[in-house]
Amino acid sequence: MARTLPARDVVIVGLGWTGSILANELTDAGLSVTAIERGPWRDAPTEFPPNAAQDELRYRIRHELFLQPAQTTFTFRNKMSQTALPIRTWGAFMPPNGVGGGGVHWNAETWRFLPSDFVLRTHLTQRYGARFLPPDMTIQDWGVSYEELEPYYDRFEYLCGTSGTAGNLRGQIQPGGNPFEGPRSRPYPTPAQEQPFSHTLFGEAARNLGYKPFPQPSGNLSQAYTNPLGVRMGPCTYCGFCEWFGCANYSKASPQTTILPVLVRKANFSARDQCEVTRINTDASGQRATGVSFVDSSGAEWEQPAQLVILAAYTIFNVQLLMLSGIGRRYDPVSNSGVIGRNFTHQTISDVLSFFDPAKFIFNPFIASGAIGMCIDEFNGDNFDHGPYGFVGGGYMGQVQTNGRPIETTPVPPGTPSWGAQWKQAVRENYLSALQPGTGVHGSMYSYRDVYLDLDPTYKDRFGRPLVRITMDFHDNEIKQNHFLTDKFAEIFVAMGARQVEKQYRKAPYSITDYQTTHLCGGAIMGTDPHTSALNRYLQSWDVPNLFVMGASAFPQNAGYNPTGTLAALAYWSADAIRNRYLKNPGPLVHV
Amino acid sequence: MSESGRRRADRGACLALLTVTAVLTSMPSLCRAQGAAQGQSFVLIARGRYLTALADCAACHDDPVSHRPFAGGRPIQTPFGRLVAPNITPDRTSGIGGWSDAQFDAAVRFGRLPNGARLYPAMPYLYYSRLSRSDTQAIHAYLATVTPVYHAIVSDQLPFPFKIRAIMHVWDALFFHPQPWQQRADRSAAWNRGAWIVEGPGHCEACHTPKGWLAEDEHGRAFQGYATQGWFAPDISPDVQRGLGRWSLEDIEQFLQRGHNRLAAASGPMGEEVADSSSQMRPDDLLAIATYLKASAAAGNAAAAQRQGAPLADTDKRMRAGAAIYHDLCSACHRLDGHGTPYLFPDLVADNAVDARDPTSLLRVVLIGTRSVATDAEPTAPGMPGFRWQLSDAEVASVLTYVRNSWGHAASPVSADQARRARSQLRLAAASE
Amino acid sequence: MPPLRRRDLLAGTALVLLEAGVARGDILQGELPWEPAPEHPSYPPTTGGWRFFTAPQAAMVEAIAERLIPPDPATPGGGEAGCAVYIDRQLAGPYGSNTGLYDRPPFVKGTPSQGEQSAITPAQLYRAGLAALASWCQQQRGHAWVQLSAAQQDEVLRGLEAGQIQLQGVNGETLFQAVLKDVKEGFFADPIYGGNRDMCAWKMIGFPGARYNYRDWVGRHNQRYPYPPVSIAGSPDWSGAA
Repeated sequence: MARTLPARDVVIVGLGWTGSILANELTDAGLSVTAIERGPWRDAPTEFPPNAAQDELRYRIRHELFLQPAQTTFTFRNKMSQTALPIRTWGAFMPPNGVGGGGVHWNAETWRFLPSDFVLRTHLTQRYGARFLPPDMTIQDWGVSYEELEPYYDRFEYLCGTSGTAGNLRGQIQPGGNPFEGPRSRPYPTPAQEQPFSHTLFGEAARNLGYKPFPQPSGNLSQAYTNPLGVRMGPCTYCGFCEWFGCANYSKASPQTTILPVLVRKANFSARDQCEVTRINTDASGQRATGVSFVDSSGAEWEQPAQLVILAAYTIFNVQLLMLSGIGRRYDPVSNSGVIGRNFTHQTISDVLSFFDPAKFIFNPFIASGAIGMCIDEFNGDNFDHGPYGFVGGGYMGQVQTNGRPIETTPVPPGTPSWGAQWKQAVRENYLSALQPGTGVHGSMYSYRDVYLDLDPTYKDRFGRPLVRITMDFHDNEIKQNHFLTDKFAEIFVAMGARQVEKQYRKAPYSITDYQTTHLCGGAIMGTDPHTSALNRYLQSWDVPNLFVMGASAFPQNAGYNPTGTLAALAYWSADAIRNRYLKNPGPLVHV
Repeated sequence: MSESGRRRADRGACLALLTVTAVLTSMPSLCRAQGAAQGQSFVLIARGRYLTALADCAACHDDPVSHRPFAGGRPIQTPFGRLVAPNITPDRTSGIGGWSDAQFDAAVRFGRLPNGARLYPAMPYLYYSRLSRSDTQAIHAYLATVTPVYHAIVSDQLPFPFKIRAIMHVWDALFFHPQPWQQRADRSAAWNRGAWIVEGPGHCEACHTPKGWLAEDEHGRAFQGYATQGWFAPDISPDVQRGLGRWSLEDIEQFLQRGHNRLAAASGPMGEEVADSSSQMRPDDLLAIATYLKASAAAGNAAAAQRQGAPLADTDKRMRAGAAIYHDLCSACHRLDGHGTPYLFPDLVADNAVDARDPTSLLRVVLIGTRSVATDAEPTAPGMPGFRWQLSDAEVASVLTYVRNSWGHAASPVSADQARRARSQLRLAAASE
Repeated sequence: MPPLRRRDLLAGTALVLLEAGVARGDILQGELPWEPAPEHPSYPPTTGGWRFFTAPQAAMVEAIAERLIPPDPATPGGGEAGCAVYIDRQLAGPYGSNTGLYDRPPFVKGTPSQGEQSAITPAQLYRAGLAALASWCQQQRGHAWVQLSAAQQDEVLRGLEAGQIQLQGVNGETLFQAVLKDVKEGFFADPIYGGNRDMCAWKMIGFPGARYNYRDWVGRHNQRYPYPPVSIAGSPDWSGAA
């Protein structure tokens, strides 16, 4: 029997980036806010200090900072005709867990999407005609424009102190930046990070090939920074233990290093860690959320009543809570109706390994940061004419190698045996002179009718709730895109002087064992039509107006960039709508 | 709302009262009018509230477990045993609700309880004797407005013979000679105000002045630092090497107000002082304190130049080991050149705490770490990790010896034996909590 | 509601508070949580006897590791580097029992893209697999593993890798891939876990180990990093050895 806690104005499910942003904005508006976080509190001086954080086995291999599948997982299949099976150990992506969420262990690659990405269907249809798109591709416009989001991208970058070189200042193209980016209202808050050898060499080779390389926008700071909340960050030390790891020296932007120090001091804020929300409660009409139910660390059930519910968990958990709470009509791919679970996407990633003459190249791959790197954007989004190629979408590509951690990053040339004296010799010879960019080709994944989320009929979590079932495979459009991009990428390594390159194309079927970023998107998407979207343009549920759903689950499809900049901008955009519109007149912000 | 209110969790109804007084403090003209209208002296209460912050009553009298303001219960380790801070809320049975202004004044300024017994000098009445009668009346008026809490405390937990309060008569006779506070006509108004705060309500000497064998202040060595509560309260004399000689007035003001400046960060007991007291002081009072500390010639200690010896040679084994440990473990935050990052990671080149003649605090933060104080102006509160699970006694000694003999420092080496003792004392302290 | 920290939970006060209507889990409010550093490291000890393997099993794994990563004049092999010690500690710990993984039935064989679906834990795989390999060697080669020549051992390993050797009750290829993965992990992981003895693997490739600051070297392109590797457990330099 659940007991009931004193009511709050707002309850937030999940205290990662979006939960922290919403909590800070809504407490500033005078509301009392409680956040409920499934995982534990974590912070640099105690949990990942600079004398223990650099442990590849503990964090990279054994996944210390992530959700444990025993707590909950998903089932997976490629095709609707298959039986989905549980993901027993993480592979393709790594769901976060704990205060700070993915913001603790991300690389901090802080991108903006292209203006055309937000009006994707309209844009592509206008340029290429509707028949250029595959018939089962379900891409949509977002309902919000780049111009509308720009001030909120700016807020997030200035919160984080993002290091970068502007490419487009108020419409003026800037030397050294990304000339394809949308206009930005002011420069990055801090200059780009200094680039190590291989990243610099990539930039030079790309420039010689006629591209316009630029430093990847980075939340690993080039210099000390104080953000508008008064929170201080230090300079990145290029330790090479960034993605999968917490930052030990306050130099990677995270909720802990940018918002939480201010947030916890507010009397109208509190958070509860190690408590898992199990459902969003609604009144008899089903059109008003009354709060959430959660299970505490002892297994006891509680209710937290609130006037406003903010769902700010990881993509799939947002979708799962909506499904288990009976909010919104569930998507059915057969009848092509319903919205919850629709337009689920990931990212189309590939890599190129390259091997250089050890006598001439010492790359010191261990000197790196999570968002280090030189990139080109010529082949992203619709920055090039897709007409001749027969696919849509694209991605940035770059030497974005984040580490030289030896369990993960000891590449050997193709043809080398996987063990024995030859293998050992190849590892020794190539470690300092081989490159393994990781997510070097960072391509978009567009949405399809048969890629979606629903509830599994067989497998349950520790509370007996059905697991979310992922049905996902690559479509020809993405495979073609990746082939094209990977070839272009490899050309640059050849131009750098590699004596051998190995192209690792992305291939179907989509495999749940192969890490491909944690950029899962969609399933509770935003849009302009309640029949094809779960949320309106302010991330407000069409069905339950006092419920707002943050995060990449709102993306109608995924672009060729890392999602955090965009989901954070959307969080600020939504918070602004709540503060300045919803609170004055609670109810639907968009009428259809 | 008070700093401590913001710093701590739920305080229930008392928040409302604090909020009222905070609002009134910030609007003196308005509160005078309202005070008159309601027949209460809000001016007096607001003044009392500010004096309570200046005197940092919360440091000892806040309940350390439930965080109820002024409800007492905090254990205070003295060289003679343990005392527990009493409840000074207006609760009539367990607090001071039944006290008159005169009784309150006698306790605060003269160390005498209503029943005639003497207080132990853990209650800093030596310093509070520099308050005026009207000051204690204001503090009493303010304390009468906080939430009464029933919280019975047995204050006196000293062992025999110190538990005999009568011996305090002797102590008072030896060391306690209260006199009305005298302004110095040859000094500026700021100096005089600073002197009064530092030597009076601020009771800085309680921690920062070395003590004699009966725990009396050694006035000849005023502000030269003292080990207490598991920390070494550093030398805050104008000494160039160990004291505040290299700090500007602004450095001192910022440290007291923000808990952080370009050189150093406050944590431990000083962090609590910043949170509960100095972060709430007015800017003119902070400037006054800085003015006094910088000028308090406290004579005698111009000996810095003579004391300054040569640093250990780079070839010394401890220096070689320490340099390696510093490079591998410390430089990620404090940088290879020792300068750290202003307001975030202390500057080990310029921070006087590095040169402390007593390395208690240095050993403590290296062994178990610490978190610096958060304030409104500096909310970051960066933490230092502890290394006790990782470094041996010899390694702890080496890295501290290295830091104390690099970048122009030439302080005494730290021995492995000192590290070993510090380690076991920290273990004992944790066990007794 | 008063703040409820881990220490309170440990002290057993949580039950009382629960009765009073307080949800468990830590409350985050007022100030950022902080706790003193622990007194002791949380890593399994690298010294002392075997914790999972029997002595013959340990000898076998050491011998296998010595073939998967053979010794050469500059760098020891996987066995001497401590890979068996690493695997022993891992199998005795959470990894060995699949702690934290999703282990609810039904266990159904799926497609390769659906990932591992076995109910067998690494500890069970090693226990059964080493026994099966030992008896295979006796039956097919007439000797225990450790008595086979290096060339014979390599031949058997290649057979396992190619799925050409059928072991009793265990998939030989699965066993081989698990051992190869674990040996390499042990070879390259921090020596604090038992392998990579004296940071030999890091020295071999030029990885400087558990360092956290390369600001002085990021701009020095194409120059070899000059400092030796360091482990979480330290380095010889920390004792001031010249």
